[in-house]
Amino acid sequence: MMHDILVLGGGPAGMAAATLAAGRGARVALVDEQPAPGGQVYRAPAPGLDPPADADRREGDRLRAALAESGATVFPGHLVWDLGGGPLVAAGVPDAPFRIQALGDAPRTLTGRALILAGGTSERIIPFPGWTLPGVMGLAAATILLKAEAMLPGRAPLLAGAGPLLYAVAAKLIGAGVRPVAVVDLAGHGEWLAALPALAARPDLLARGAAWRAMLMMARVPVLAAHRLVAAEGTHGVTHALVQPLAGGAVRRFAVDCICVGHGLVPATEGSRAYRARHAFDAARGGWVAAADPSGRTSVAKLYVAGDGAGVRGAAAAPASGRIAALAALADLGLGEDAAALATATADQARAARTGAAMARMMALRPGLVAAIPPETIICRCEGVTRAAIDAAVEAGAREVNQLKHFTRCFMGPCQGRLCGEAAAELVASQVGGREAAGLPTGRVPLRPVPMAALLGDFAYADIPVPPPAPL
Amino acid sequence: MFDVAVIGAGVMGCSTALHLARAGMKVALLDRGAICREASGVNAGTLTMQMTRAALIPYALRAHAMWIDMGAWCAGGSVAALACPGLSVAFTDAEAALLETRATARRAAGAPIELVDGARARQIEPGLSAAALMAGHCPIDGFAAAYLTGRAFRGALVEAGVDLRENCAVTGIDPGFRLRTAAGPLAAKRVVLAGGVWLEEMAAWLGVRLPIKVLVNQLVVTEKMPPVMGTVLGIASGLLSLKQYPNGSVLIGGGWQGLGDRMRGGLAVLPEAMLGNMRLAAHTIPALRDARILRAWTGLEAETADALPAMGPIPGVPDAWIIGSVHSGYTSGPVMGRVLAQAIAGETPVLPLFPIDRLLEAKAA
Repeated sequence: MMHDILVLGGGPAGMAAATLAAGRGARVALVDEQPAPGGQVYRAPAPGLDPPADADRREGDRLRAALAESGATVFPGHLVWDLGGGPLVAAGVPDAPFRIQALGDAPRTLTGRALILAGGTSERIIPFPGWTLPGVMGLAAATILLKAEAMLPGRAPLLAGAGPLLYAVAAKLIGAGVRPVAVVDLAGHGEWLAALPALAARPDLLARGAAWRAMLMMARVPVLAAHRLVAAEGTHGVTHALVQPLAGGAVRRFAVDCICVGHGLVPATEGSRAYRARHAFDAARGGWVAAADPSGRTSVAKLYVAGDGAGVRGAAAAPASGRIAALAALADLGLGEDAAALATATADQARAARTGAAMARMMALRPGLVAAIPPETIICRCEGVTRAAIDAAVEAGAREVNQLKHFTRCFMGPCQGRLCGEAAAELVASQVGGREAAGLPTGRVPLRPVPMAALLGDFAYADIPVPPPAPL
Repeated sequence: MFDVAVIGAGVMGCSTALHLARAGMKVALLDRGAICREASGVNAGTLTMQMTRAALIPYALRAHAMWIDMGAWCAGGSVAALACPGLSVAFTDAEAALLETRATARRAAGAPIELVDGARARQIEPGLSAAALMAGHCPIDGFAAAYLTGRAFRGALVEAGVDLRENCAVTGIDPGFRLRTAAGPLAAKRVVLAGGVWLEEMAAWLGVRLPIKVLVNQLVVTEKMPPVMGTVLGIASGLLSLKQYPNGSVLIGGGWQGLGDRMRGGLAVLPEAMLGNMRLAAHTIPALRDARILRAWTGLEAETADALPAMGPIPGVPDAWIIGSVHSGYTSGPVMGRVLAQAIAGETPVLPLFPIDRLLEAKAA
């Protein structure tokens, strides 16, 4: 069946996009990797678990209910591994329908006349000595454990990095009865104060932030502003965290059994890169994003981006962003225009995005963090590539990330560049004059590693359509 | 004024430039992108006699030794080349017949290929499927990590004094070999066109019509996995190449075609071709069923009308030379560059050239 619109990603942007388009009669399919839609912030609890309903859970349930009623076909638990069609056709041939291949209970192929990419973000973690020890994890990973699995990341966690996620995780831990050893924030008090006016646009979020801070004070959790995590120590797992003021000075050593660390969020561009869309680097939006008009139209016809995957603006801004992209797709497909709905969604998005933009700035990569990585620290943990090896490769002529990949195998491991990419690209950028010059890794399929057995199916040798042999 | 400008920094251009510089010439090597980022950097790195054109066996044998021993002649550069036995497998009687014909021709050209039965083939490659009836066995085979090619050549080129100009596209050649480049004109006494699939438009700069076919070869690589094979494997038809690198990843190729062209480069992997390629691989090495597919990509391979190299002087244009466009050219690349450099320097090449007169489209009479 040919769909009008395919939506890749079931976070708030994808859910809202599918809900709006299906509600207006379009044939819509939404595909998401998780067992239930929700994305990261509004992640549904694992089946059988019923953690206390907080604000995120309630908003997620609201979005899920609307999606369920919209008439959109939802394919949860589907890992999208291949993107085709669209502009990926032989020369001189008109664009084809978009084609998504996913692995769920079985291989599944979906086609659609338009495709909305709402892939969200991945967490940026800038390496430091000891970051590969068991017990060191992302802040986002900690929220997944807490939200979806009702599982504690540790009994003595230290939280480090940048952005509101630090305080959200701290509050969740305290709520679960665990007192974090410390919160180590790269931002100084002044930076948070400067962000306050933007937060005032969303009193609910401001109040929540204030509540988180109050919880930390009540629990007497040390909050170290303008500090950085210098190293994790331990033999078989992390046992200590070393922390230092950004301005230099004495290193403090905390006994921990877990470090949750995150340095912001990076938009997911696998989809738009696979379609060879044009991209632009915008540090204030998280880094490389598909170049798009205000409605999310990319440089590829009928390919749209929405939500944080289009540039980090936060979960609160994502539903409106999804609705805007859906309205654009409906209009471009000749399925109706609605200027009033577009105006409303645009205003909603602008209001929420003001707060989101302030938070995105707090989470933007701080170059000093990369500069501080010691030479022997592993950057690419899949392939064991150290900072010194990357620096040497840049010196030896890898002036761009795709050449760095060839020279070092960075980006070639199972993380497909999601863990090493930011630090590696920054190291190149520092030598070639910026991230634009350092480039963007070429899009590749599969979008995630996939088991070959799931793709192979049953076959007979005689049925393999082997092309004629090369000349002798 | 350069003695020679080499246009195209793939394996052909790099080897030619390096050997010309070693012969005492002042060499510029230009590429519109970075060194060895097209076919030379993304191919399967198969160093096998059994997928090489019979006429190229003497070149491939010499080049095999050059790849394995690269550090010695390339200033310590390495593509992590490993020598290992190679098998070309037949699963059907028809493939066995094809194998016999092809092995016979390649043996006649100097490749030490022997035909072995399925049982013997499984002794050589214990991972091989029980369905294999027969195999061509060549003890001189091997593989390289092609992505290292640029890094391997770069140091040697710079050390030899080659003026390497990456990201410097040549857009035309004016009389007197004045190259139009993105960074202004560059003059040379001689030019070498080494542009892979883009040789057709390069030759046109000099008024020569040389049709070049573009193959869009697909490759698939697995995550690291326990050892499942120790040879370079192909099948009689040649549409499979398999090898497992020391890090455990298995590279699956063979020339299945994806989407792409000269204008847009390698565009996308075609899933139906990827599936056929993977099924062939899993049929040949059954343990590959446990693999996880990590990445797939395409690369453009150039081919002349007769699929033999374009290597020699450009007819009617004194001091202009051409090299490239050869099926399985990566394998033979180092020696081809050396051969052409010898010819340009006026020495007797260690192996014959492949003059392109045979390939030129007849001008309207």
